Amino acid sequence: MLGLPGLAVVVLFNYVPLLGNVIAFKDYVPYVGILESPWVGWQNFQVIFNGDPEFLTALSNTLIISLVQIAFVFPVPIALALLLNSLVSERIKRVVQSVLYLPHFMSWVVVVAIFQHMLGNAGLLNSWLRSQELVTLPIIGNPDLFIGLITSQVIWKDAGWGTIIFLAALSNIDVQLYEAAAVDGASRLRQLWHVTLPGIRSVIFLMLILKLGDVLTVGFEQILLQQGPVGLHASEVLDTYVYRNGVLSGDWGVAAAVGLVKGLVGVMLVLGANRLAHVFGERGVYSR
Amino acid sequence: MAPPSPLMRGSKGLLLMLCCAVVIVPFLSVVSTSLASPAEVTAAGGYVLWPSQPSLDAYRAIFAGGVVTRALLVSVGITVVGTTLSLACTTLLAYSLSRPGSFGSKPVLMIVLFTLLFSPGMIPMYLLIKQLGLLDSYWSLILPGLISGFLVIIMRGFFLDLPGELFDAARIDGANEVQTLLRIVVPLSKAVMAVVGLFMAVAYWNAFFSALLYINDTDKWPLQLVLRSYVVNDTPVGAEGFVGEVAPPQQSLQMAILVVSLIPIVLVYPFLQRHFAKGMLIGAVKG
Repeated sequence: MLGLPGLAVVVLFNYVPLLGNVIAFKDYVPYVGILESPWVGWQNFQVIFNGDPEFLTALSNTLIISLVQIAFVFPVPIALALLLNSLVSERIKRVVQSVLYLPHFMSWVVVVAIFQHMLGNAGLLNSWLRSQELVTLPIIGNPDLFIGLITSQVIWKDAGWGTIIFLAALSNIDVQLYEAAAVDGASRLRQLWHVTLPGIRSVIFLMLILKLGDVLTVGFEQILLQQGPVGLHASEVLDTYVYRNGVLSGDWGVAAAVGLVKGLVGVMLVLGANRLAHVFGERGVYSR
Repeated sequence: MAPPSPLMRGSKGLLLMLCCAVVIVPFLSVVSTSLASPAEVTAAGGYVLWPSQPSLDAYRAIFAGGVVTRALLVSVGITVVGTTLSLACTTLLAYSLSRPGSFGSKPVLMIVLFTLLFSPGMIPMYLLIKQLGLLDSYWSLILPGLISGFLVIIMRGFFLDLPGELFDAARIDGANEVQTLLRIVVPLSKAVMAVVGLFMAVAYWNAFFSALLYINDTDKWPLQLVLRSYVVNDTPVGAEGFVGEVAPPQQSLQMAILVVSLIPIVLVYPFLQRHFAKGMLIGAVKG
């Protein structure tokens, strides 16, 4: 069968690793090996059940950042798509799109570097403030502004790209609906409310479901790159907690336990959000 | 429909121009700083918005040091090998999933679809790479990302849309599956394969965490990790190999490395841009 090499890779790197979760129930010692390491039952899960303060910080930071980003990041591509869609000139639309899509293809290392270069202590903004003898703004490395900073980075990188799916949905709305609404005397605002938004409602729902399913995962590479100066209290999230405890500190069992619970809850969230969509009569990620 | 009022149009235009400026100005400043002279960088107190006497000294310096050159070669190698293998495996898998009645295609499709619901997790993945003996091997950066379920589904959707008569004709002419794929399907799917391939290439080029996790030997670091250590973590960029009067300032060196890491993306972007609106969306809506 032609698909065999691909299938082998899928199984090896998506399914076989699931067996590795067994070390969540073991006291894994690398040189002893996975099989020979002693079983310890639920001991590694104690950080979750007993509410280890570091774990709770990571959990609450994750949830707060996720919710902030759903509130502030999610609507931006929708608004931007509506704005682009209302442009009359196809050429201007295409030029603006090419510019706004570009940051999506940058790596997080590049985006973080660019932000430091614009907003850092020696960056463009603060050098200018200094040359005008104004007070400089400590934005990078400031724990209080960390959530705002990473949220604006996500908007900068992906808001343009995020418009694609909404633009596709907008282009599928029947023009006759607008004409009928205009004949009925609907203003542009009323057309937006009664024709445009209902027309893209199911796509908005779909994207929101995918976001909700991902609520425990927030920009891992992005945050890992910027944790140093900010400190763990403001910036530790579940993924960085797993990385720090497992790979850096060698506390493999605990890290695997937290990762396993996070993964299971994540799958349940996707399935739950999908169920919720069906209840509201929407299509969901997959059909029933 | 009544045309929008001039005020409305003006404010819309202004808003969009602002959005574009927010994206363009940082890039402009990155390139300018990489080209600026030491005196200008000092005068500006760090970064420059427009160089008055552009020079390529910073680029000469980073390529004289050797670290950036080596990292660039590593990244290019991983991207080329990875993308080629990835495109080949994805096409074969998507094709075999698109043929009706091919052996076991239902369960295999489920296996692929299921991967969209979960990811294996960092620790188990690390253990697997370790068990396979791939730590510190470039294969650890290539193999795990070889197949993306999402791209397989997109490609399969495209293949399913090809007219069935073509396959009938090929069969009557005595073509086997491999011949049908190479002579009929691939030539008709160049656009979608180009888009999918470029997405794979961008993903390989930009990968940073997998290298941090699996590659301990700094001599094997790809460009993104070198970029992190020099530009994000402010490790001083060595310019020992530089022959000239004044070594370029750190800011220029850092921004030069950043520009080098962006060049491949900027080169493929116009091509990508022309195709993705078509290719991706057709697949995405179907998938």
